[in-house]
Amino acid sequence: MKLEELRFGTELLKRGFASMQKGGVIMDVVNADQAKIAEEAGAVAVMSLERVPSDIRKMGGVARMADPQKVIEIIEAVSIPVMGKVRIGHFVEAQVLETLGVDMIDESEVLTPADEQYHIDKKRFKVPFVCGARDLGEALRRINEGAAMIRTKGEAGTGNVVEAVRHMRNIMGEIRMLKGMDKQEMTDYAREIEAPAELVIECAERGRLPVVNFSAGGIATPSDAAMMMQLGADGVFVGSGIFKSTNPELMAKAIVEAVNHFNEPEVIARVSRGLGDAMPGLDIHTLREDEVLQTRGR
Amino acid sequence: MDVKIGVLALQGNVSEHIDAFVLALDRLGCGRSSEVVTVRHPADLEGCQALALPGGESTTISRLIDKNHLYEPIRTFPGGIFATCAGMVLIATHVDDARIHTLNLIDMTVDRNAFGRQRESFETDLPIDSLGGESFHAIFIRAPVATHAGTSVKVLSRLDQGIVAVEQEKHMALSFHPELGGDTRLHERFLKKIGI
Repeated sequence: MKLEELRFGTELLKRGFASMQKGGVIMDVVNADQAKIAEEAGAVAVMSLERVPSDIRKMGGVARMADPQKVIEIIEAVSIPVMGKVRIGHFVEAQVLETLGVDMIDESEVLTPADEQYHIDKKRFKVPFVCGARDLGEALRRINEGAAMIRTKGEAGTGNVVEAVRHMRNIMGEIRMLKGMDKQEMTDYAREIEAPAELVIECAERGRLPVVNFSAGGIATPSDAAMMMQLGADGVFVGSGIFKSTNPELMAKAIVEAVNHFNEPEVIARVSRGLGDAMPGLDIHTLREDEVLQTRGR
Repeated sequence: MDVKIGVLALQGNVSEHIDAFVLALDRLGCGRSSEVVTVRHPADLEGCQALALPGGESTTISRLIDKNHLYEPIRTFPGGIFATCAGMVLIATHVDDARIHTLNLIDMTVDRNAFGRQRESFETDLPIDSLGGESFHAIFIRAPVATHAGTSVKVLSRLDQGIVAVEQEKHMALSFHPELGGDTRLHERFLKKIGI
């Protein structure tokens, strides 16, 4: 087989990779030990970062990409895919993670944005990207920039699922609404939500986003995770929810099982018993405007 | 229904497998008399002539097979099994990772992530012996290969890194993802082999 016959980093490969994560739980980890616990519990992938979102909230200051040394330790510790977070618009952090061999990059509002006008031009990369979104327009702008996967933003580091629910309902509701529109109305709607018309039409035809859509930002219990799946998520990201609970191993396994059986309350009841305390939660209404992460990038 | 195909729906790209089998059955002219169902529990396998093991994360799927009491029902499943990517890892007799509870249905040794990480994932036109000399556009995503196959295994295609497509009796295993490309020739070949 001659090497020039192989094609790397295509759109199909990026979206295909995202598709393999479906029905899975992707867990935030800050070191190799946590990565091994996540893998052992049945995570489909781990997200490497310097600090989990709830600690980023407490520390304040500028949150950046993780130390490459730490990313490499995580990559070497597990055989499942390793993802990594970069600041919105910080294409050099993305180049660095791509070089390290990270399998997917999260251009994340959880870190401090590096560019308040532009997101990363994701089509220039061979590695696939996942991006946050609060509504259909935001999701389709990210897909248009080359995102191979969307995650609803929620409000990271709060242990409060209310924003995750709001954003998933926004996107699923908007797609349902498209079904009653003709092409002209869709084009008009596309202008209104500042999204490319062809992507709006594609959503209407498929009855879903053109890429995999996970839920994130506030999932703290097996029931939270299963609710997001019932609302239409293809899978879930759990950030602080695992390693800020009192028994991370048990919580991780329970959330994996709850996602697997999201339509079976008896299973969710069984796996939720005796887990210890979930992470401490925050009331969204008590956050100051500058503490809200979801409004970063639009 | 004359034909019933199950797709293991514990984790991975399940809906793409369902769509691909629906299309393949349609192209074979039995779309109206067939159904494709998801399999999460042993009872879901009842009446199925074939089972697809989809792509996904093999360590996760293996753990969930055990958790859902599906290991023995799949291992003793009387129909044909169509295994892609993670499925190829699960269906083998030997895997380079002790955490995989192998189903021991195809006599081969499989290496996970044999080409490397996602950046080494690739598309290529792959020559496949049984497709009458025509090539198949194959999508390899963090794909496994078989480094060794027993004498009862028919090798359909190989690359420098190892074997990427095999058949053994009613079963077929592929390193790549035919369910992502819209080309159903391999699905059709599998369905014909099990008498559909």
